[in-house]
Amino acid sequence: MMGYIVRRLLLTVPVLLGISVIVFLVISLIPGDPATAILGAYATPENVARINAELGLDKPLPVQFLTWLGGVLEGDLGRSYSLNRPVAAEVIDRLVPTLILAGAALTLCTLFGVLGGVVAAVKQYGWQDKLVTLLVLIGISTPSFFLGIVLILWFSVRLEWFPTGGMYALFGDGGLLDLLHHLALPALTLAVVATGVVARLTRANMLEVLRQDYVRTARAKGLREGRVIYKHALKNALVNIIPIIGIQTGFVLSGAVYIESVFQWPGIGRMLVTAISTRDILLVQGGVLVVAACYVLINLLADVLQAALDPRVKV
Amino acid sequence: MTSLALDETGDAPPRSRPSAWNRLSRNALATFGLVLVVAIAAIAAAAPLLPLADPNATDVANRLQPVFSDGHWLGTDQLGRDILSRLIWGTRVSLAVGIAATLVATAIGALIGLVAAYYGRWTDTLLMRGIDMLMAFPYLLLALAIVAVLGPGLLNAMVAIALVNIPFFARAVRGATVSLVTREYVDAARLCGMSNPRIIAREIFPNVLPVIVITMSTTLGWMILETAGLSFLGLGAQPPQADLGSMLGDGRKLIVTAPHVATIPGLVILLLVIGTNLLGDGLRDVLDPRLKSGALARPMAVTAVDASAGRPAAGAPNAAEAPLLSVQGLETHFVMGRAVFRAVNGVSFDVAAGEAVGIVGESGSGKSVTALSLLGLVPTPPGRIVGGDIRFRGESLIGAPLSRLQDIRGNRIAYIFQDPLTTLNPLLTVGEQVTEAVRRHQNLDSGRARQWTLELFERVQIPRAKERLASYPHELSGGQRQRVGIAMALANDPDLIIADEPTTALDVTTQAQVLKLLDELRRERGAALIFITHDFGVVSELCDRILVMYAGRVVEEGPVEAVFADPRHPYTRRLMACVPILGEPERSIDAIPGLPPAVNRLPPGCAFAPRCPLVLDACRHGEIPLDRLGDGRAARCIRAQESDQESSDA
Amino acid sequence: MPDVVVETRDLCRSFGGGRRLLGGLKPLVRAVDGVSLRVERGRTLGIVGESGCGKSTLARMLVGLLEPSAGTIILDGKPVDERKRENRLDFHRKVQLVFQDPLSSLNPRKTVRQILEAPLQVLLGMSRAERAARVTELMRLVSLRPEFVDRYPHEFSGGQCQRIGIARALAAEPALIVLDEPVSALDVSIQAQVLRLLKDLQQRLGLTYVFISHDLAVVENICDRIAVMYFGKVVEEGSKADIFRRPAHDYTKLLLASVPVPGRRHSQR
Repeated sequence: MMGYIVRRLLLTVPVLLGISVIVFLVISLIPGDPATAILGAYATPENVARINAELGLDKPLPVQFLTWLGGVLEGDLGRSYSLNRPVAAEVIDRLVPTLILAGAALTLCTLFGVLGGVVAAVKQYGWQDKLVTLLVLIGISTPSFFLGIVLILWFSVRLEWFPTGGMYALFGDGGLLDLLHHLALPALTLAVVATGVVARLTRANMLEVLRQDYVRTARAKGLREGRVIYKHALKNALVNIIPIIGIQTGFVLSGAVYIESVFQWPGIGRMLVTAISTRDILLVQGGVLVVAACYVLINLLADVLQAALDPRVKV
Repeated sequence: MTSLALDETGDAPPRSRPSAWNRLSRNALATFGLVLVVAIAAIAAAAPLLPLADPNATDVANRLQPVFSDGHWLGTDQLGRDILSRLIWGTRVSLAVGIAATLVATAIGALIGLVAAYYGRWTDTLLMRGIDMLMAFPYLLLALAIVAVLGPGLLNAMVAIALVNIPFFARAVRGATVSLVTREYVDAARLCGMSNPRIIAREIFPNVLPVIVITMSTTLGWMILETAGLSFLGLGAQPPQADLGSMLGDGRKLIVTAPHVATIPGLVILLLVIGTNLLGDGLRDVLDPRLKSGALARPMAVTAVDASAGRPAAGAPNAAEAPLLSVQGLETHFVMGRAVFRAVNGVSFDVAAGEAVGIVGESGSGKSVTALSLLGLVPTPPGRIVGGDIRFRGESLIGAPLSRLQDIRGNRIAYIFQDPLTTLNPLLTVGEQVTEAVRRHQNLDSGRARQWTLELFERVQIPRAKERLASYPHELSGGQRQRVGIAMALANDPDLIIADEPTTALDVTTQAQVLKLLDELRRERGAALIFITHDFGVVSELCDRILVMYAGRVVEEGPVEAVFADPRHPYTRRLMACVPILGEPERSIDAIPGLPPAVNRLPPGCAFAPRCPLVLDACRHGEIPLDRLGDGRAARCIRAQESDQESSDA
Repeated sequence: MPDVVVETRDLCRSFGGGRRLLGGLKPLVRAVDGVSLRVERGRTLGIVGESGCGKSTLARMLVGLLEPSAGTIILDGKPVDERKRENRLDFHRKVQLVFQDPLSSLNPRKTVRQILEAPLQVLLGMSRAERAARVTELMRLVSLRPEFVDRYPHEFSGGQCQRIGIARALAAEPALIVLDEPVSALDVSIQAQVLRLLKDLQQRLGLTYVFISHDLAVVENICDRIAVMYFGKVVEEGSKADIFRRPAHDYTKLLLASVPVPGRRHSQR
């Protein structure tokens, strides 16, 4: 198992490298140069040349990439001109709230998604199945930014149960309870779509597994239904569901961009949106790179978990 | 040649499947989705023709009018613009952008997927690694990066959304294509001399098209959501142009004072996406062949039994003198839509203790369904037991409570199935799977149960049995897996073993070993055997008595030697004449003309009559009874007692 | 001097080998290992063996779907060089294949006419009218009604699909037809129909067959010469009478002893 983990870790190195190439290229291929973007309408040719030299943009692309990559490896993502502080420091500050939000949402969606999917499959065509199917449909069709607004309107403005936004109360003690109080609505909103997807795929997988010959064998042995479903079927379904949850992380991290905007959550998504409108390219670059790296590592975790459950995966 | 020329007089099956359109319109939810989408799209498309206010005309004096106010059905926004007008024009923009992004992503993604899967090797590696790189990003972040580069704007948002969705299409299409490339018809096309691009375009593409349509229809809603999302963030549509997302984004600042400005476009997005998702699901159900056949229904723990079945026949024998197993008039049907397939159509037979009975028939004859019906293992839906009775030691099993059946399953009556790779659970060790059967029916602690399992493994001659207990099914060879299957069946010393084609998946040398083992162990323990097979040779090897099935009925039964020496039913005789026999190369094999009848359209009278050389008028009417011929023999043929069958057949 | 249609000399094919990206050699499997066979015109060579013995790999090489790793195929006295497309087309004109699974060998989205016309159009360059006439002729040849020609494969039974597959192989009038387990997916009564058709066609058209099967009784029934394969090698080859009456190799003996025969019980109680 250890060997498998090491091998998978080694295999993520080229992926991370590829990600950095893509991020670098996307940013480098900007039509028009960043100097003009930074300086805006007041760019004089001298200033543009000065900025270009400062950013190393007068060198050939591969040299630029290596210089940039060297910086990344040392934790230097450049300096944000709009905030006038190192990109790395800003990204780390913003990453933690995003991970808290995404982690909470992921926990919710796994819990309710798998539960809903299993219940729907076991009670296929029953009222439980119909209820889950309806909720799934609404879940995956609701724009999360719209749902967020509606929830704020209802639970924050009308009922005043939850704050309308932010991570901590302005004059609060910043304790865990305060955090959870602020986290509840955004995490719930973010979880809705992913829960729908997980529930739907869990249901489909359970139905698929329950049709397999080995389930018939289990029944032919005289096993009780509970054991057939939870020992024989669910375990096989989980093997397929785990990577799906890994992929949901991508949706959750993506959805976080909207949710952070709606709930003014001080995460990396909101930072990116602001950075784009101020055209702070280095900040965008650093943010995207770090989130993508997190995503790759989470998927690695999902793969390892799957290998631990499934003896057919070559360890 | 004459018999061959007559061969295919039976027509090809009629075109009975309803068209895709019919099936879609029968799905109420999908129809609702279709109506919703078409209605919204029609209104949006007709925007220039409708008597609408100018969507961009500001009128600050009349700002934030509520819903249903004069001249503004849906009120006005913060600049006094008519919300209804902006809504319709905005829907138009959102739809157009969503559809355009879907088309772009589909075209590029499908091309990549097709090429990667067809050419394989380094082309595949290169393309798919690139796709993997793109998938390594949470997709929206990649879209944000692209928008950051291109600058905010509707067109740029569209490009970004299309680009980040290419991997989904490429993956889906590649997955579908990979399974097609290995199909034999692609090889056949190569043998016909077709070039690679032509094979992709003419042979593969039409078969991948349903997958492309499914992916498109299920992604369209998603694309609409995503472009709306970018506009919501202010990165899509730029003022004064508006789409649904930017209207929602503008309105959210007024959520407390004028909630309708934000909620109305939000609701329209919700409706539009629900519509496309319902329509997409409906299309998938129609186009996916697996869903089409209702294959995704989950089988119940026990076959459904109709009230008419299982009534004890008058004068049922008491347990002491009853045979081990007695099946009377068993009828098992498969109900698919309006069609009823009479898979088992009144089957009766007895099995005495310690006896080996072979059930022989071609595919579709109902032999496996008969075996599975005995303990209610026919999947429901679509299977139902609609008539007859099954008695085990005098106790009726039909309609018995599930818990009673579960006490008998694997305990007094055990099954051995056909393909041991799919019938063993891939995630549990084989030792665990056998021990589980032991502990379910015997009150043993786990150590003693394992010990007993080890003994069973040794008895079925699994080499290095102790190590093998901890092996997973995929680590064993086919023969060894089937030995595990036999060990599992013997776990609780059953009175009856039902073996359903247990050696069909095995090579002939392995088959010989497994059959010998099964025969020895069964005799040693005095268990009775029902052996289902299509192979006359295997039956002669193992069985005392034989039942020949055709179209859901037993057409002949009797002691094996007697039936082989002198078959009394024309089907048995013709079937035996079809089989090439090793060591008799000069024996001319004789085909049976025509095809077995479909069991949902059985002819009246004898089901074999249309193919029978001895057919009389009387064969085509009424019920043909089983003619008892003495010496335990019987045949369901009105001419079974004629002695000159052979000559008239020739 | 017998008229040899096809001959193989030391034909080999291996899979795998080479290195993995991260450590370790991929195992090298010699699926076919030095097979030399010859097939005479108008006769049937049977190739028998159990799963994994390499018989299907041999079939794919014989028809040009798989390139040999070593050795040559000599067709009508000339060694085959598959590198040029023109040569490949010529190869396909001379050798055709009938597949095991009748349904999966027919494209579900094409009509029988389209399926049968493809070789006529690409390999023989026939005009539309010529093709239509030939398709009708082919349907008659395999005892299918010509009016079914515009139907799709799923509208036919397994046996009928296999007839269409045979018609497709016959279309270009090849010198050799390789049959890879052509009847193992069929029920016995249908299997008998197809075997009779094959024998009948051979007599009428003077066809040459390589018949690959795991079923010894079928092979004994239809073949003139038989080669027994075991782990990629031909362990025994000879006339039908020799192989079945006087098997020399132990494996052949084991194989023959393992086949259950109707009406005969091996293991006595």
